[in-house]
Amino acid sequence: MAHAQLSPRNIPDRLEGRGARLLKSWEALLIVVATVIFLGNSFASPYFLDPWNLSDATFNFTEKAMIAFAMALVIISGEIDLSVASIIALASTAMGYAVQLGVDTPVLVAIGLGVGLVCGAVNGLLITGLGLPSIVVTIGTMSLFRGLSFIILGDQAFTGYPESFAWFGQGYVWWVFSFEFTFFVLLAVAYGVLLHKTNFGRAVYAIGNNQTAALFSGVRVARVKFTLFLLTGLMAGLASICLTSRLGSTRPSIALGWELEVVTMVVLGGVNILGGSGTILGVVLAALIMGMVTFGFGLLNVPGIVMSIFIGLLLISVIALPILWRRARRRLAH
Amino acid sequence: MIAKLLKNREILLVVAVVVLLALIALRFPGFVAPSNLARVYNDTSILIILALGQMAVILTRCIDLSMAANLALCGMVAAMLNAAFPGLPIPVIILAAMALGGLLGMINGTLVWKLDIPPIVVTLGTLTIYRGLIFLLTDGKWINAHEMSDTFKALPRLALAGMPVLSWLSLLMIAAMFLVMSRTPLGRAFYAVGGNPHAAIYTGIDVGRTRFFAYCLSGTLAGLSGYLWVSRYAVAYVDIAAGFELDIIAACVIGGISIAGGIGSVAGAVLGALFLGVIKNALPVINISPFAQMAISGTVIIIAVAVNARAERRKGRVILRKAEAV
Repeated sequence: MAHAQLSPRNIPDRLEGRGARLLKSWEALLIVVATVIFLGNSFASPYFLDPWNLSDATFNFTEKAMIAFAMALVIISGEIDLSVASIIALASTAMGYAVQLGVDTPVLVAIGLGVGLVCGAVNGLLITGLGLPSIVVTIGTMSLFRGLSFIILGDQAFTGYPESFAWFGQGYVWWVFSFEFTFFVLLAVAYGVLLHKTNFGRAVYAIGNNQTAALFSGVRVARVKFTLFLLTGLMAGLASICLTSRLGSTRPSIALGWELEVVTMVVLGGVNILGGSGTILGVVLAALIMGMVTFGFGLLNVPGIVMSIFIGLLLISVIALPILWRRARRRLAH
Repeated sequence: MIAKLLKNREILLVVAVVVLLALIALRFPGFVAPSNLARVYNDTSILIILALGQMAVILTRCIDLSMAANLALCGMVAAMLNAAFPGLPIPVIILAAMALGGLLGMINGTLVWKLDIPPIVVTLGTLTIYRGLIFLLTDGKWINAHEMSDTFKALPRLALAGMPVLSWLSLLMIAAMFLVMSRTPLGRAFYAVGGNPHAAIYTGIDVGRTRFFAYCLSGTLAGLSGYLWVSRYAVAYVDIAAGFELDIIAACVIGGISIAGGIGSVAGAVLGALFLGVIKNALPVINISPFAQMAISGTVIIIAVAVNARAERRKGRVILRKAEAV
């Protein structure tokens, strides 16, 4: 979404120190928010500070966070992918279909990831190959992918997943650490390294800040973007495996509306929706915050839709507050 | 001459709709009977009204994802007003729904204008908030047909000169939007802001305020549609029109309204909505499962945006041809 930068930039005459920058960073604010919510929850409900309860709580963000990591890269590069939830549905439908043919777990996993990759490739080709705006393309593929699983499933459901398949969504690696949570941590590290420590990550920032300049600096813009959509598709496939395994059944309405929650998570994590900036640490913190809010409200018997109001308010206010704060400070300075 | 005509988006769309109708008519001539076409138009009326509002927003380089949630909230409030005060005249209820819709649109507009938050983030947030508010208002309860007064339910169906009021209302909105877009400074400003915001500032147009008005417009139309939706289907609950925001955007995209702003027309928005409406109404007739509709609209959106993108490609001077071909 192009958005005009209309106010002149404020250019400071010297850079701030490392410590001051860290203190003022978005991540620091998120850590404060997360701590407050954690403490608030611990006081509000006696059931919050139980290792198994906390472990259960991780399930309501791990799958979304897996996608959010890849989505963060996509958004930093100045694009967006709204089709992720539909990719989950299509991948889950394909796996359910395969189960009816008597396929075993390893092949199911391959199918889930494969469908994710193919969907990602379709998005990537339309966006980089034909040069179409990603927001419209992925609104289209969002209908298309979920539409396909509606055609296959109608109002039916696939069940009967093999027992060994249940491990992805319900298995534990060690003590309270579920497979999903372990994977979430590993992916967080992997994406952190990819974005912050590699040439590829640099290229993603460069494209998000100025695509033309990136092109002239020798960044293969189209190839990087294509890879990003491929990665997002792959992550959606992985999330589909985890979710399907956890639920044990597939309906075409699976993961409905998740694309908005994933985008909310990324934006809450401090990734600029216009591209060019953001960190994986921020996304990890945003995932934890959203998970804790949902879980804490759940313990207090707050209905899901009221939580979504809170998430919506959180999304707008975390973006609005710094803007208001900066404005108030500027007014004071004058 | 013909080449020029083919480049005209609206004419291409008319051709597409006619071809679509012709294909259906080959097997089911009854579908193109005037009475049935009028029914299809009536069924698409709400989508048309919403697409007109979305068009104004998209023209200014913004997007309104909250329209369906806005519709649902206003529809619910209209139904609640009617259930609580059955004596309240219907025009008052309609005005209340429109005012509430406009207010919700103003909230979007203010956040975009005064706080400079990207439109997609604002409306993503308000989308969940508005829909959540319906739950807070009703505790998840439904308002069913028997709780609504008869006049409340009958108005959209009421036949005037052979056509239901719903159809007349959408025609009225089309005419009004056509006048706004082509005959008022505000309409010009929508195009100017979307075409080139910097240039718009130099011509004395307040970019933020124009966007604010676009959101007010889309909100008001969503409020009106809220009443129409609830009275037409005679039921109001939290999830009415869930996911409809994407159909509205799809109608605009198919109608050739550029998501990058500044390009599009009233005729395009109407034709885009009609295209979707014809498909939706034709599927059961030609014996395709209604479950296929989603996949078909997805495919149509992708094709439409690909076709439009080719026509939109900048015709300005290309200095470095290689660099342009990213």
